Amino acid sequence: MNEKNPAWRNDAAPKVTGRARYTDDLKFHNMLHAVPVYTDYVHARIMEVDASAAMKQPGVVTVITAGDVPGSVTFGQIIRDYRMLAGDKVRFNGDVVAVVVAETRDQAVAAVKLVSVKAEEMTPLLDPEEAMKPGAILVHELHGSNIVNHHKVRRGDADKAFKACDHVIEQEFRTQFVEHAYLEPETAVAVPRPDGVTEIYASMQHPFSTRRFVATLLGVSLADVEVRTVPMGGGFGGKDDTASVVAARAALAAKITGRPVKMTYDREWSVRESYKRHPYRISYKMGFSNQGRMEACQIRVVADAGAYCSVTPWVTWRSTVQCCGPYDVPNVHCDVYGVYTNNVVTGAMRGFGSPQMNFAVEQLVEMAAERCGMSPTEFRKRNMLRQGSVTVTGQKLDGHTVSLEQALDSTLAAAGYHEKYGRCSFGKAEGDELYGIGYAISYRGMSLGAEGMDFNSAVINVQFDGSILLEAAVHENGQGAESAMILICSDELGVPKERIRYRMPSTANIPDGGTTVASRGTIMGGGAVANAARSLKSKLAERLAPKLDCAPGDVRFKDGHIWGKDDARRMAWPEAMNQLFLMQEYPYSFGTFKAPQVTWDERTGQGNAYFTWVYGCQAVELTVNSKTGRVKLLNMVASHEAGKAVNRPMVLGQFYGGMAMGAGYAMFEDVGIEQGKILNVNFDQYRIPHSTDLPEMTAIIIENHDPASPSGAKGVGEPTNELMAPAIANAVYNATGVRRFRLPIRIEPRSGGGRP
Amino acid sequence: MITYINGRRHELNVSDLPKNLLAFLREELDLTGAKKGCGVGACGACTVLVNNRPVRSCRKTVADIVDRNVLTIEGLARGDGSLHPLQQAFVDAGAVQCGFCTPGMVLTAHAFLLANNNPTREEARKAISGNLCRCTGYQQIIDAIEAAASHYR
Repeated sequence: MNEKNPAWRNDAAPKVTGRARYTDDLKFHNMLHAVPVYTDYVHARIMEVDASAAMKQPGVVTVITAGDVPGSVTFGQIIRDYRMLAGDKVRFNGDVVAVVVAETRDQAVAAVKLVSVKAEEMTPLLDPEEAMKPGAILVHELHGSNIVNHHKVRRGDADKAFKACDHVIEQEFRTQFVEHAYLEPETAVAVPRPDGVTEIYASMQHPFSTRRFVATLLGVSLADVEVRTVPMGGGFGGKDDTASVVAARAALAAKITGRPVKMTYDREWSVRESYKRHPYRISYKMGFSNQGRMEACQIRVVADAGAYCSVTPWVTWRSTVQCCGPYDVPNVHCDVYGVYTNNVVTGAMRGFGSPQMNFAVEQLVEMAAERCGMSPTEFRKRNMLRQGSVTVTGQKLDGHTVSLEQALDSTLAAAGYHEKYGRCSFGKAEGDELYGIGYAISYRGMSLGAEGMDFNSAVINVQFDGSILLEAAVHENGQGAESAMILICSDELGVPKERIRYRMPSTANIPDGGTTVASRGTIMGGGAVANAARSLKSKLAERLAPKLDCAPGDVRFKDGHIWGKDDARRMAWPEAMNQLFLMQEYPYSFGTFKAPQVTWDERTGQGNAYFTWVYGCQAVELTVNSKTGRVKLLNMVASHEAGKAVNRPMVLGQFYGGMAMGAGYAMFEDVGIEQGKILNVNFDQYRIPHSTDLPEMTAIIIENHDPASPSGAKGVGEPTNELMAPAIANAVYNATGVRRFRLPIRIEPRSGGGRP
Repeated sequence: MITYINGRRHELNVSDLPKNLLAFLREELDLTGAKKGCGVGACGACTVLVNNRPVRSCRKTVADIVDRNVLTIEGLARGDGSLHPLQQAFVDAGAVQCGFCTPGMVLTAHAFLLANNNPTREEARKAISGNLCRCTGYQQIIDAIEAAASHYR
């Protein structure tokens, strides 16, 4: 084990005993079941949805279509284009045209095939490059174009700079659709309450977003919907829009029938309908000098947004900001497009626009190094961002520790990279096994940046006996968010964690803190908890200072006690809280954390895009069998900046899980779409990493407390998932001597002893 | 007809026999620790032990447990409610994140350790290869199995 101290999280015991109740484990009196109805179409104008036969089936209570919606059938976090029930057109094969509601789930499923849909088939738009051309038919007529967004970076004069470069490399890269593959498919229960409020329990990672979708579909105000949180089986960015839409449909069924309704997805429905990671086509041109200095980059990215916008403009914005990787490049001309097609919707997935860009950039720098006759590490070190460097969007990196070189050096030392690099096969080996070691580095803007509002809140409510109720507007996706909040609170107040109960928040008792994505849970929610604790401490210090014979500024909080000046006097925490109540003062506080100001000029692509950054490096050793093409991973190492590791075993878990997911992305994960229809809709066909696909891993946590973060902590969820694909690509090159520019990396078996 | 579930005797009706085992456990006995992740026997979230061997309950029927001993995750903790050493090892190793795979993973590991109480990490890795976990990368799960092994000796 990596850690001597046992791990702790507040929800581990319920999870290892099966006592934890996830959404589909809940039952309510008189509960109905709802299931979705899809069509065979990919792109079609809907003429009629006829549910009359289905309505007559045993147990069927009702069949709901777009015409039954009391509110607005369309919603979206950025563009309101998402049809929660498709009424006008089928825009992708996962569009739902009706919901069958029945006494049992089996009865509902049995009636689905009796819902008949008449539609006029339209030519599907499946290629984003085609969809961008003038005159292409429009996926959304109202949008006026299939281009969802166009982000830019304009820095220096790339055209001019290329002419002066000693070397220019041009290369195209392609990445694939990727399924989040959270183990728990989408599920929601909606319960109509006697007071008219619709209560929601669901597997989601953004209760407040879910509430907006539900309220919009029902045509009610936000206060008329209460979204409650329950344990959920993984999100990875994937439980926002689709999960919310599922909850909204369950809510509509509950509203119409007046009974609780559960809507639990089969895996096949989940894969068919839920949004995916964007496939990118990246055309990259990089210019550099003989001395290995990067001078210019010209980049064009086309991201397939699928049928609805979801958060495509935000995902592609991160790609834009981070388009050159963690390097100082004086001349940059970057254009990133998100484009509507009739493919499956794409949206947020762990990494959020960075895994694709890193796959390109981190291979290109090694190609450039080779061209200069320089080691990959030397080339990187000549160009990498350091303390005080300016990013390609004009942001000066100061105010936090720029630990990129530290991450690189510690990873390479732990992996033994310098000793092992010389042993790489480059296509030539004695036996069949070709050996390679490779790595990649990145930087990543923390939290949402200029995407939008970025703040969070927390409530600390201390009871008469000193026990504490804590809540924060972050969601437990499985990552250990609740435990992190408890530990930050415990550390600030000097009260044992066992005295703190995390109150699973509901949208009815804490302000909207935004979504638990963007690796922002610990930094933003933890910031709010730390600020709430500090405000509580200042109140307590003022009230209790007289009893401790000192000035309020001298009061300290540690070891379960409140201490006077120089520890001369002390009060036990429970006694102190008792005193507060006797003074008729509540030991209660509300804290917020607002992200420091960021700036962005969409016209030039310049600005202080994120309020702070993290840095990382991952390395991998592998062999490629020259006969079979099979890749075997031998060892994976990661170093990432965490600011402050609030809960070390959970931070390590993010590292290991992120590396594993990155390895799957590199080697085999691929949503196969033919003519707009997904072929591999379950885990027997869509392969995610099994334990035996993975090697032993080493995780190195770098801690430089960040002054911009009240708790000192930063996020690690996504950085750990954005580097393994380029690291594997570089290692595969060092093994085989052949570069791979497409994900997943497929190595065809070769006969005759040539390079695989 | 009878079956034993978590040590308790259950009478079965003929009409129960064709029922899906996972649905029977979850819906009729309220043993919701076994989860439905895929429904095709590919993910292992529905794993329960039948005569101490892991089975995919989503691919079995009640007929498959007649006269057998079934152990679900709810039956592993001690009678007084305290954690089984393997469960404690999962907690201590940080092997739990979202927890959806955890019941199946713990039971698969339990069956494995009953048969091999001094495994190498590689053997532990192979033993859980049929149980998918998307959160952990399996590393801390293998740590937990390694740490718990001594309790099976």
